[in-house]
Amino acid sequence: MFGTALIVFREVLEAALIIGVMAAATKGVPTRGRWLLGGTLLGLAGSAIVAASMEGIAQFADGLGQEIFNASILGVAVLMLAWHSIWMASHGRALAVEAQSIGGAIRDGQRTLSVLMVVVAIAVLREGAETVLFLYGVALSGSSSVVEMSVGGALGMVGGAVVGVTLYFGLLRIPVRWFFAATSVLVLLLAAGMAAQAARFLVQADLLPSLKSPLWDISSVLPNESAFGAVLHGLIGYDAHPAGIQVLFYVVVGVAIAAGMRWVKSRKKITKTTSKKYVHTY
Amino acid sequence: MQKLIAPLLLAFSVTAFATDIEIKLVIENHRFQPSTVNVPAGQKIKLVIENRDATPEEFDSHALNREKVIPAKSTASIYIGPLAAGSYPFVGEFNEKTANGIIVAK
Repeated sequence: MFGTALIVFREVLEAALIIGVMAAATKGVPTRGRWLLGGTLLGLAGSAIVAASMEGIAQFADGLGQEIFNASILGVAVLMLAWHSIWMASHGRALAVEAQSIGGAIRDGQRTLSVLMVVVAIAVLREGAETVLFLYGVALSGSSSVVEMSVGGALGMVGGAVVGVTLYFGLLRIPVRWFFAATSVLVLLLAAGMAAQAARFLVQADLLPSLKSPLWDISSVLPNESAFGAVLHGLIGYDAHPAGIQVLFYVVVGVAIAAGMRWVKSRKKITKTTSKKYVHTY
Repeated sequence: MQKLIAPLLLAFSVTAFATDIEIKLVIENHRFQPSTVNVPAGQKIKLVIENRDATPEEFDSHALNREKVIPAKSTASIYIGPLAAGSYPFVGEFNEKTANGIIVAK
């Protein structure tokens, strides 16, 4: 039972961390709760579908369909998070500080919420499909009773959810002054970490060169499988021994999003000053 | 006792022009056969894993930085390496107690 709980916990953890960060990052955007829930439910439904069609996915592309599938949905999530980060860079501060939307931001806010829903759905889908397959295997092998399996699975899920909720409330305690910057950096690193994971899947399928693997190895200091390592992996894509290409993807995506955020901010400042001048001349 | 030494098959990969080393593994009764796999260091290797069980398994190795679900009664490929000389443990995450093994690169 505890074996089941532990495995389910490990799978749920990553999705829970992502939902926690995204919930905090969209604080102040109206009706985001509905979209977060929608994303979670979509992800759960998707998990069942992906798990059921895993055989087909696995056979696709000479037995490398799973890697291509994983890398593709991670790629979509990275694009969504990049868009979200850049949008929040121009509107988010006002939303976070005033805890209410201003003017036309409501309409745009709905758009960023659909992005949020997709990101959450993908996070749940990736981990959920594996959980479904695992529980299916346990049920089929008859190595533990249905009750044991259900209780174990539920314990693992609750455990993962508790970590996500704790992270969310922890993030909310960050003072307003730094809150926006902190959640922006977290979302940016989340996206960079997903890009690195996508790269790893493509190396695994031999579709990308590894560019020296591992580039470094600090698994003696903080192994991936340790509790802290696992949390950092879910949050910022920590990897104790990444391949060179993973580091490259991480840095390129991180820098690209940061550059996009800066560009949007500087553009906004210019519009603000020009509109002020305009007012003054009247 | 039938101790299988991993057959080293030099095969031309369809996708790459380079010569890949292909290694076959079988999952049966939630165990890897062979459970110790000797591979040459410094070369890219294609692991071909056949799952003969009626349940899915997840090949998982922190040391190799690889994870892949292998559905029931199916075969999956995973590229690893080039590896530095050393030992790289792996497990079947869904049946960690019995499904485990080690890749030794020399």
